[in-house]
Amino acid sequence: MACVLEAPLRMSVLSEVTASSRHYVDRLFDLDPQKVLQGVIDMKNAVIGNNKQKANLIVLGAVPRLLYLLQQETSSTELRTECAVVLGSLAMGTENNVKSLLDCHIITALLQGLLSPDLKFIEACLRCLRTIFISPVTPEDLLYTGPDHQTILFNHGAVQNIAHLLVSTSYKVQMQALKCFSVLAFENPQVSMTLVNVSVDGELLPQIFVKMLQRDKPIEMQLTSAKCLTSMCRAGAIRTDDSCIVLKTLPCLVRMCSKERLLEERVEGAETLAYLIETDVELQRTASITDHLIVMLADYFKYPSSVSAITDIKRLDHDLKHAHELRQAAFKLYASLGANDEDIRKKIIETENMMDRIVNGLSESSIKVRLAAVRCLHSLSRSVQQLRTSFQDHAVWKPLMKVLQNAPNEILVVASSTLCNLLLEFSPSKEPILESGAIELLCSLTQSENLALRVNGIWALMNMAFQAEQKIKSDILRGLSTEQLFQLLSDSDVNVLMKTLGLLRNLLSTRPHIDHIMSTHGKQIMQAVTLILEGEHNIEVKEQTLCILANIADGTTAKELIMTNDDILQKIKYYMSHSNAKLQLAAMFCISNLIWNEEEGSQERQDKLRDMGIVDILHKLSQSSDPNLCDKAKTALQQYLA
Amino acid sequence: MAEAGAGSLHGGDAAPPSPPREQELSRRLRRLYPAVNQDETPLPRSWSPKDKYNYIGLSQGNLRVHYKGHGKNHKDAASVRATHPIPAACGIYYFEVKIVSKGRDGCCEILHSKEETFQERVFGFVFSPLPPAIPECLLEKRYMGIGLSAQGVNMNRLPGWDKHSYGYHGDDGHSFCSSGTGQPYGPTFTTGDVIGCCVNLINNTCFYTKNGHSLGIAFTDLPANLYPTVGLQTPGEIVDANFGQQPFVFDIEDYMREWRAKIQSTIKRFPIGDRLGEWQAMLQNMVSSYLVHHGYCSTATAFARVTDTTIQEEQTSIKNRQRIQKLVLAGRVGEAIEATQQLYPGLLEHNPNLLFMLKCRQFVEMVNGTDSEVRCFGARSPRSQDSYPGSPSLSPRHGSNNSHLHSTGADSPTCSNGVMSTKSKQSHSKYPTLSSSSSSSSSSSPSSVNYSESNSTDSTKSQQHSSTSNQETSDSEMEMEAEHYPNGVLENSSTRIMNGTYKHEEILQTDESSMEDSCPQRQLCGGNHAATERMIQFGRELQMLSEQLCREYGKNTMHKKMLQDAFSLLAYSDPWNCPVGQQLDPIQREPVCAALNSAILESQNLPKQPPLMLALGQASECLRLMARVGLGSCSFARVDDYLH
Repeated sequence: MACVLEAPLRMSVLSEVTASSRHYVDRLFDLDPQKVLQGVIDMKNAVIGNNKQKANLIVLGAVPRLLYLLQQETSSTELRTECAVVLGSLAMGTENNVKSLLDCHIITALLQGLLSPDLKFIEACLRCLRTIFISPVTPEDLLYTGPDHQTILFNHGAVQNIAHLLVSTSYKVQMQALKCFSVLAFENPQVSMTLVNVSVDGELLPQIFVKMLQRDKPIEMQLTSAKCLTSMCRAGAIRTDDSCIVLKTLPCLVRMCSKERLLEERVEGAETLAYLIETDVELQRTASITDHLIVMLADYFKYPSSVSAITDIKRLDHDLKHAHELRQAAFKLYASLGANDEDIRKKIIETENMMDRIVNGLSESSIKVRLAAVRCLHSLSRSVQQLRTSFQDHAVWKPLMKVLQNAPNEILVVASSTLCNLLLEFSPSKEPILESGAIELLCSLTQSENLALRVNGIWALMNMAFQAEQKIKSDILRGLSTEQLFQLLSDSDVNVLMKTLGLLRNLLSTRPHIDHIMSTHGKQIMQAVTLILEGEHNIEVKEQTLCILANIADGTTAKELIMTNDDILQKIKYYMSHSNAKLQLAAMFCISNLIWNEEEGSQERQDKLRDMGIVDILHKLSQSSDPNLCDKAKTALQQYLA
Repeated sequence: MAEAGAGSLHGGDAAPPSPPREQELSRRLRRLYPAVNQDETPLPRSWSPKDKYNYIGLSQGNLRVHYKGHGKNHKDAASVRATHPIPAACGIYYFEVKIVSKGRDGCCEILHSKEETFQERVFGFVFSPLPPAIPECLLEKRYMGIGLSAQGVNMNRLPGWDKHSYGYHGDDGHSFCSSGTGQPYGPTFTTGDVIGCCVNLINNTCFYTKNGHSLGIAFTDLPANLYPTVGLQTPGEIVDANFGQQPFVFDIEDYMREWRAKIQSTIKRFPIGDRLGEWQAMLQNMVSSYLVHHGYCSTATAFARVTDTTIQEEQTSIKNRQRIQKLVLAGRVGEAIEATQQLYPGLLEHNPNLLFMLKCRQFVEMVNGTDSEVRCFGARSPRSQDSYPGSPSLSPRHGSNNSHLHSTGADSPTCSNGVMSTKSKQSHSKYPTLSSSSSSSSSSSPSSVNYSESNSTDSTKSQQHSSTSNQETSDSEMEMEAEHYPNGVLENSSTRIMNGTYKHEEILQTDESSMEDSCPQRQLCGGNHAATERMIQFGRELQMLSEQLCREYGKNTMHKKMLQDAFSLLAYSDPWNCPVGQQLDPIQREPVCAALNSAILESQNLPKQPPLMLALGQASECLRLMARVGLGSCSFARVDDYLH
């Protein structure tokens, strides 16, 4: 009802102004270019600050005409400039105005305009572009972002052109140039490698960046400059032991984490530092002793503070907004700090309420925080000592298992990685995790489309099977199903294959287990082994497979599965004479296990293998220069003598 | 090696460092701590051979410390303090200690090192060989503390264990804040590590560094006057200190930059509380009063016109003062006294000290040949002026000769404004409010009165002509001064001197312009015999005046010194090149001139000092005071930083 009433009203208002507005548009079509120019100038004066007029002109189709004039080569630069100014003015209006302009493909036209030799025209185009991109309705992907666009900018000489702006006397210009570099160089080795060698006024860019890190420079400048240097370091353009990283960039980023800085700066500082030190243990060690960083980070969890809640609503709002960001940044940095050094992990865990914070973080609603918390937990789970102590005390496995239910893949990847560590044989968490249905979960992960999840799933199962009791092994086999096992053995990813073979090896250990599994799955396993040994696989895969055979050969009844399979025996013989010593050794393990004295039927097996020419090979190997092979061959030959 | 051994044998603890190295240290310390007045508060440069426990041995210019005790238990701990406490004016202070040897292993080194063995023998101590004398367990535990302590803290202890003592210990990485039990602080440290200790005297905190990495705040609420301190407790421990001898591993200057920026932004953001342009009015008043004080009449008028303000003093009064100042600065002190008596009757009579000062100056100027009393004899040939050291070649181009102005100002930077005024004030307060005039007091010695009377009448007559001519030219001079004035003010802190110098040149120029040739040889009283006679006579009068003042007001050592210095000039054949010849320098007229100007202003109930200079002097004095009471921020708020 309201709509019906409103529509005619709007129409009437429109018709009133249309008359004058139409006049402006009509003049754009005049044949005399001079009159067109005057028309555009008059239009410019008419629309300034007048949203209604702007809307009218858009409705009346001024935009396509203006764009046409702007793009026409025959238009005078003056006219083209004025057109750009008017379009910029229209863009200043409502969001609908911007949408209309975007619909007319204004971006392309304006970008084209940047190629003009006329500076005033370029300026007008840039102003208009700026206005349009500031608007929230403009999609960001219209602007260059991401690695492809970094490359495009790079190929168009962005580095050289922007570099000299870094030494501009205007702080604003300097800052924009610096920001530009921080974006260009981020995770881009090509740009980073170039940047180290660029010089401005005889000074190399890294030196200029270091100057911008000076402590009396504005924080924004220090931080952005540190980001540039960080990107360059991670790209390998600057060594991690270079003093500009160790003595300048790292301390600067630690300072950014201090309580004195704004919350936004602390977030950015911690994230950048986490990235800088992620893979270098020396940087991790240095950061860990700098300015009590580990203790400083604990403060990131204290927002919103109880003080802010009482004193200042605005502050509370601000704190709340940044609380998640702060927590995830702290988790990320803890994760990087504790990635490699046991002492640092210990220090982190000893920080007040650390494990509780991680546990809480695991169940936060924010995906970012959960992810960062899991990463932190993963990093800390690399410590044998911690797995046995604090991880157990805080029953970390519980929230971790919860995270693993229905989490997005990016969280699942890290969480399952963590689970791998928690399932290690010495981890006390292993038992409760098994009881909470981990096998089923992990088996389902092995079916994931996501490669990392498949690897982690099978990896965890492998860890779980190591020296496990019969029941667990059976549960794994049952949960996985033979089909899935074979599926994994033919996985295109070598990592999955290796971990699956590792699982098989762990399953096939201790004689009763071997015999039991082979009695139920013998046929399929032998098939799979044959397949892999015949296939095109790397040495490690084949070695692992031969080790599985050696394990089977250790069984009592399982032995027969090999002895009755001439094909397999020939393969073993073949690998005994292989050029790779590792494979030779693995094949010898099989033979040793088969011919071992004091076991039932050993005589027959020895005879059969002698007939196959194995003894000759053993004699030859006993002369080998490789001491391992030589020893092994001699021991095997002794079995025949006894 | 042998040389080094011999060196330590003779020199013992105090082996003198090579001079270039010392110079380098001084240079570096000056750059690091420019606000420190090293005469008042010297900086630590080495460990003190006097302020240490006897288990401590020093070598290498008292920078290397080694332990030579038994190291059995904590009772064998030994510390050494630096030569001086850390001055607050440093703002940020920093030193580093390199761990040369963590002990035990280092013991062997010591025994085999010729240098160190010599050293030990000098002290009558021979190292026992390694264990079994010392239990193994103690050797494993290395005690080494680096930190700070106040004077008088027991040196048989490690830094940090006692009250007013603070330390960071290498064995456990703990910090000790005046307590026997440490707090977890940082990493442990050992041979090869460089540990730095930074004292922030602005917020009274301290942090350490390890190999150039800041370890975070260790102590807060530190007391003042702490000494760098190091303590050892294990045989074989050796550490080297760096108080600025070498570049530091940690970038301390970057940290200083941060604090300089912090303090300067605090000053910048300091709320002024501007109520209806009060602030602007105050600033305008400061500028205006400064111009008026120094007699820049035209500039002051122009400034008042533009800013729509009023000048308190009357135009004629300003001009009168200026005329008198010019006379003094031209060395024509007799005329200046005359003019003062004429324009401000009773002024000098109420200020006998000032009068005496002027008369002494007049005597000096007579020697110089500048004073009118001797010039009149010389028939307009006081050529001696030409060859004043530092006087410009007298040509029209002098107006743009800025560089000369600066160099003149820089020649006497110590004669700063604040100091001068303080002195004159003191002398005033010593003889407060003289009720009796000089004429009444001199009645006890009639002869001297007669002399001075006849003297003054003489000079009045003879100088009538010259003073009028002077007045005629004064206006054009004013304009020129106004033109050049800004150059002088902004260049150096010793503002007043520069103005004075400048005026002096002006006057020289007007004087010289009438003289054609110049005589290179300076002679006593311009070489005129009669003038010399007159000078000697004047000297006698001055002597009598001194005696008279002494009788009336008691002994005055300052007067005595002035008189002595002035008369000493006659003892040399070439007064310009004698130990007291400095008095003849025209620059010495300036304090006299300033004192007279101030006295005149005071007599007119005007401030005797321009508020601008008062503010400047106050700011400088405030900074000095801050340094004295231990407020470190003074180091980053220098007055010079704001006078560019």
